[in-house]
Amino acid sequence: MGKKILMKGNEAIGEAAIRAGCLNYFAYPITPQSEVAEYLVKRMPEVGGVFVQGESEVAVGYMIFGASGAGARVFTTSSSPGVSLMSEAISYIAGAQCPAVFVNIIRGGPGLGGILPSQGDYFQATKGGGHGDYHMLVMAPASVQEAVEMVMLAFPLAEKYRNPVMILGDGLIGQMMEPVEFPDDLRTEPTNKDSWATSGMKSRGSTERNLVKSLYLDPTQLNDHNLNLKAKYDQMKAEEVRYEPYNTDGDYKILIVSFGTMSRVCRTAIDFLKEEGIEVGMIRPQTVFPFPDAPIRDAAVKESCKAVISIEMNMGQMVEDVERCLKGQRPVHWYGKCGGDVPTPEEIMEVIKERL
Amino acid sequence: MQHEVMFAGFGGQGILSIGKILAHAAMESGYEVAWVPSYGPEMRGGTAYCLVVISDRPIGSPIIKNPKHLIAMNLPSLKKFAPVVKPNGVVLINSSLAPERSGRDDVDEIRVPVSDIAKDLGSIRAANIVALGSFVARSKILDFESIREAVKEEFRNKEKLIPLEMEALDRGKAEALK
Repeated sequence: MGKKILMKGNEAIGEAAIRAGCLNYFAYPITPQSEVAEYLVKRMPEVGGVFVQGESEVAVGYMIFGASGAGARVFTTSSSPGVSLMSEAISYIAGAQCPAVFVNIIRGGPGLGGILPSQGDYFQATKGGGHGDYHMLVMAPASVQEAVEMVMLAFPLAEKYRNPVMILGDGLIGQMMEPVEFPDDLRTEPTNKDSWATSGMKSRGSTERNLVKSLYLDPTQLNDHNLNLKAKYDQMKAEEVRYEPYNTDGDYKILIVSFGTMSRVCRTAIDFLKEEGIEVGMIRPQTVFPFPDAPIRDAAVKESCKAVISIEMNMGQMVEDVERCLKGQRPVHWYGKCGGDVPTPEEIMEVIKERL
Repeated sequence: MQHEVMFAGFGGQGILSIGKILAHAAMESGYEVAWVPSYGPEMRGGTAYCLVVISDRPIGSPIIKNPKHLIAMNLPSLKKFAPVVKPNGVVLINSSLAPERSGRDDVDEIRVPVSDIAKDLGSIRAANIVALGSFVARSKILDFESIREAVKEEFRNKEKLIPLEMEALDRGKAEALK
């Protein structure tokens, strides 16, 4: 690890991608993540990398597909409306089993919405966005440091699964400055790129043709293809669940499930309540797909725990996953706000006290 | 220990920049820090502000509605934020542009004509650094030497300005301790 430096989330995300060996960045500017492009337009040429600004997010999505199909490590960053435009390409990339990294610094929606922090794209990120049976592996950072670590992890995971990986941040993660330390340089070529890249049979010493495609007109073939994809998502559920428990050692009556920026506010509320003698536990999903079903279920069914509250900066999206994994074993409530009016710790304390 | 410092003024007064310098100095002094800018839809010439959180523990919520301290570089920001400062915090008012008081008797209010001092020193653009010097000296939030180093770091690509900025810090400090 290097020296601690003070960096804006958006800039740190750009630097993290370079440190992870990604030298291809295609993007289209949108608040609140434009600083990634501003940073990389200067930084990419210094490391021999490429930044191309597409004419739209639709174009950017297919630039990502093309570069990945050719075996290059590639990523883009955008914010909610831009990610909607990219979603068609994300579906194609998942269908063609190419690795790529997408960063969504969420702003308020729907439509143009606003430019302030939100978690309104949870469904879009975890349940599809584009068409067809696919999932991205989705990680949600709660600090600038964690954003860096997740971006660096995203590339090897995308290659391991030959699948798009998304970093799901929000406007605060993008705009805030915090101290960061960059892990040592991880630059590597995608080790398994010969399995998909259209790099030329001769160049990889193969007699097998690689074909990047998502079209399967034969129904049996398409079903088999979807079963292959499903097997990957099942493997992610078995191997890639990441979460952080907070204050779960004591006898808490309430368990909170919260991710990203919202979880930091909850952490402060939990600390304040502890000072008042009220114990509240929290599970913070770091991966929202795969979702930490078992850890949340285990924490919720603890004898002392009477209820679970899903706290989100949206109108109740993750709460459906919490209900799904609890299967009615505990009452599940939701609290949330939209539009960038991030709830305060005091508001969260009130919400918790109402459920005690 | 946790301090939250709100810096507020007109766009162009170097508000975000002194917030960053304070955050940098705090980080170098071994604290956890977060710097949160306002990036909402603001009018040109409207109020720009940023919040710096300094703590000896990992920072939970970086969104603070009631900061401990306020540096108000103009009148609109004094009016907007003085009522929400926590009791016993420092409220530093740029009296060159805000000829009013905070209306609070439970805070440590200091009035420093930072814009006039900066003009005296030869550059109105150093007003933010005068304010920073005053604030740090008064609040004792960090060791003054760490601020000096952070200002030098901020101006490392404009080295010829460093003597002016050091003088601005010292003038600010002297005013705050009067």
